[in-house]
Amino acid sequence: MLRDITLGQYYPSDSVIHKMDPRVKLFGTIVFIISLFLFQKISVYVVATLFLAAVIMISKVPFSFMVKGLKGIFVLMMITVVFNLFLTPGTTAFAIRKLKVTWEGIRQAAFMAVRLTYLILGSSVLTLTTTPNNLTDGLEKALSPLKVIKVPVHEISMMMSIALRFIPILLDETDKIMKAQMARCADFESGGLIKKAKSLVPLLVPLFISAFRRANDLAMAMEARGYRGGEGRTKMKPLIYKKRDHVAYVILLTYLVCIIATGNIIAF
Amino acid sequence: MGIIEAAKLAFEYKKYDENGEVEETIRAVDGVDLDVKKGDFVAVLGHNGSGKSTLAKQINAILTPTDGTLYVDGMDVRDEKNIWDVRKTAGMVFQNPDNQIIGTVVEEDVGFGPENMGIPTEEIWERVEESLKSVGMWEYRKNSPNKLSGGQKQRVAIAGVVAMHPKCIVLDEPTAMLDPNGRKEVIRAVRALNQVEKVTAILITHYMEEVIYADKVIVMDDGKIVMQGTPFEIFAQVDTLKKYRLDVPQVTLLAHELRKAGVDLPECVLSTEELVKALCQ
Amino acid sequence: MSMKLKKVSYVYSEGDAFEKKALDEISLEIPDGQFIGIIGHTGSGKSTLIQHLNGLLRATSGAIYYDGENIYQEGYDMRTLRSKVGLVFQYPEHQLFEVDVFSDVCFGPKNLGLSKEEVEERAKKALTQVGLDESYYKKSPFELSGGQKRRVAIAGILAMHPQVLILDEPTAGLDPKGRDEILDQVALLQKERKITVILVSHSMEDVARYVDRIIVVNDGKILFDDTPKQVFQHYKELESVGLAAPQVTYVVKALKEKGWDIDTTATTVEEAKEAILLAIKKREKIC
Repeated sequence: MLRDITLGQYYPSDSVIHKMDPRVKLFGTIVFIISLFLFQKISVYVVATLFLAAVIMISKVPFSFMVKGLKGIFVLMMITVVFNLFLTPGTTAFAIRKLKVTWEGIRQAAFMAVRLTYLILGSSVLTLTTTPNNLTDGLEKALSPLKVIKVPVHEISMMMSIALRFIPILLDETDKIMKAQMARCADFESGGLIKKAKSLVPLLVPLFISAFRRANDLAMAMEARGYRGGEGRTKMKPLIYKKRDHVAYVILLTYLVCIIATGNIIAF
Repeated sequence: MGIIEAAKLAFEYKKYDENGEVEETIRAVDGVDLDVKKGDFVAVLGHNGSGKSTLAKQINAILTPTDGTLYVDGMDVRDEKNIWDVRKTAGMVFQNPDNQIIGTVVEEDVGFGPENMGIPTEEIWERVEESLKSVGMWEYRKNSPNKLSGGQKQRVAIAGVVAMHPKCIVLDEPTAMLDPNGRKEVIRAVRALNQVEKVTAILITHYMEEVIYADKVIVMDDGKIVMQGTPFEIFAQVDTLKKYRLDVPQVTLLAHELRKAGVDLPECVLSTEELVKALCQ
Repeated sequence: MSMKLKKVSYVYSEGDAFEKKALDEISLEIPDGQFIGIIGHTGSGKSTLIQHLNGLLRATSGAIYYDGENIYQEGYDMRTLRSKVGLVFQYPEHQLFEVDVFSDVCFGPKNLGLSKEEVEERAKKALTQVGLDESYYKKSPFELSGGQKRRVAIAGILAMHPQVLILDEPTAGLDPKGRDEILDQVALLQKERKITVILVSHSMEDVARYVDRIIVVNDGKILFDDTPKQVFQHYKELESVGLAAPQVTYVVKALKEKGWDIDTTATTVEEAKEAILLAIKKREKIC
């Protein structure tokens, strides 16, 4: 169950998307997400679908891998869909006892589901094609003007990349400790809220201890390898825009224009 | 002059009770004299808590000696100014493979040290390539460390240190968490480094089979060096080793037992081949 | 209580790109009171196998019988099974969470719903069995040495009075003396309590020294299941799957190849010594 979360899991490949500058991909993801919320028209979503499908194809990441990320938000999506189905006012399509389902509700729910799915797929493309370090490098560089106002940009990006590296490790660890406590007949399922919260103590205490121990070890390992903050560091992979990045920006802009044009011209 | 020279080296830390008062002072390293020659392969043995890890951390300037002197390639580790140069000279590999890999991709992790040293980009790439090749992990450069086996992770960690071009590499129980195959991989990588690149290696372990290739073996107990010599000299003293909670390789023990039973054998046998040869004479 | 596995298979992430058969139709019988060693390289499926024995993982197909009862039948009490089949994970000290040693050992029996007296009684006995006396009861687990922490964790399982005790590499990361101490204690327990012990280990030397039966797992299947002497005769096959025989077995084999008249089934230092001494005598007679 815990392994299903794709976020932060890089899928190695040599596609154009993988090679692209992370700043382009970051910007692209933002543009894509905004485009999903600009209009509520089927035609716009057709354009978005085509764009997303093209990007996924170019990225060479197997689709099944992308879908794995969706499992994690399935419950959230279901709740959103149900809320939209029943709570949107309008003309009744059909009713289950007192609960009315409206045509507007169905439309709303469908759009919501597609939006959420695309949102996750879109950001999965970013995380699957960009190594977390690369991603944080991109953030660091994109945010570097903030250094002037004393925002510790390097430190923040270092923290993020370490967090991303340790999330899968800590998830595995959670799984292991949970099993170890279940082997001692611990019960994580039954009982009321308070009992359930209490039953988490045997899981959380060892997990925190382990996280602290790892943090301590890691700090030591980083120091041993000469880490002393962002000053005087060079980059193994410095971010320099290449031709393909400029092309990508042009494509993105074209996409945005297409979306706005479709949204304004086509009626459905 | 040796690359690592210690005289009366000591490290103390204090244990506090619940009221914040000093309960006891523990001397983890207690009066160690050490002289490691350039290019040597030195193994440090000792049971858990014998002070061998603390000694290793002092060589890398992670811990500062409380007493005595320690020079790494002529630099005094207690001098604040030298810390970064000491760490460049004596790289360190730790026990837990997961907790020392910083990068999320193998090659980025190996580049971490050189980045910190301010090496120009192109040279970083050269160093990453040569060090990954030296530990046989070049094919895995694009992989995520989480997908590697323990032995592979440790080899990446070693490459990360090698990329800093150290004169000496200190390995603090690098094989303790690995399976036998992983252990072999790591020891092979360390030996290659020592023999081909002439990097001084200090290997801390409690697996006796890993020690037989060392030029020199040091046994620690209670913060002190209690035995010192070639593997041959050390493993000849089976009973003394047992006293220090240590062991000998199984063949060595077998030879020792046979000698006790009156079979004519050399004082110390380290490998299966040696024993068979000696018995057939 | 005896256990029986019938064609147990386990498939990871069934039905997607990462599908992997971790166990492949494993059939096995574990009678009472045996000391069993399970060996196999990392990823061979041995960890998956032991997690089936106490129901932490559910087989994709096949059945497991504990004391004649199918553990997958409806209404079967998994908690009781877990108390009967105690599983000590690798690095079990990482599961300790209570403020002191004693309370931590009480955690398991407390979950069984026993009375306070019974719980404490069991905890005391379990701690004694792993060689920790009363002076440790009120200590925080985190003040202890690595070996001591591990004993506390093992006591935590023993206090549930398991009939089958599974230990997944109980000696990982310990120094040689610590390794011997833990294994000696386990062997003693096995004899005194007459429980079944299943030891998962990477050390062929340890396995050869303690167990009556070795199960070699490779690629989700059982490769060998026999006495140590018999299993280590197949050292060539073992090597081909990333394992090996104990060092001394290689010595006697090499001597045999040199033309010695020697028994090649030795797997421990003691046995090898006897075999070699005997062979030397025979040679002297001929000469």
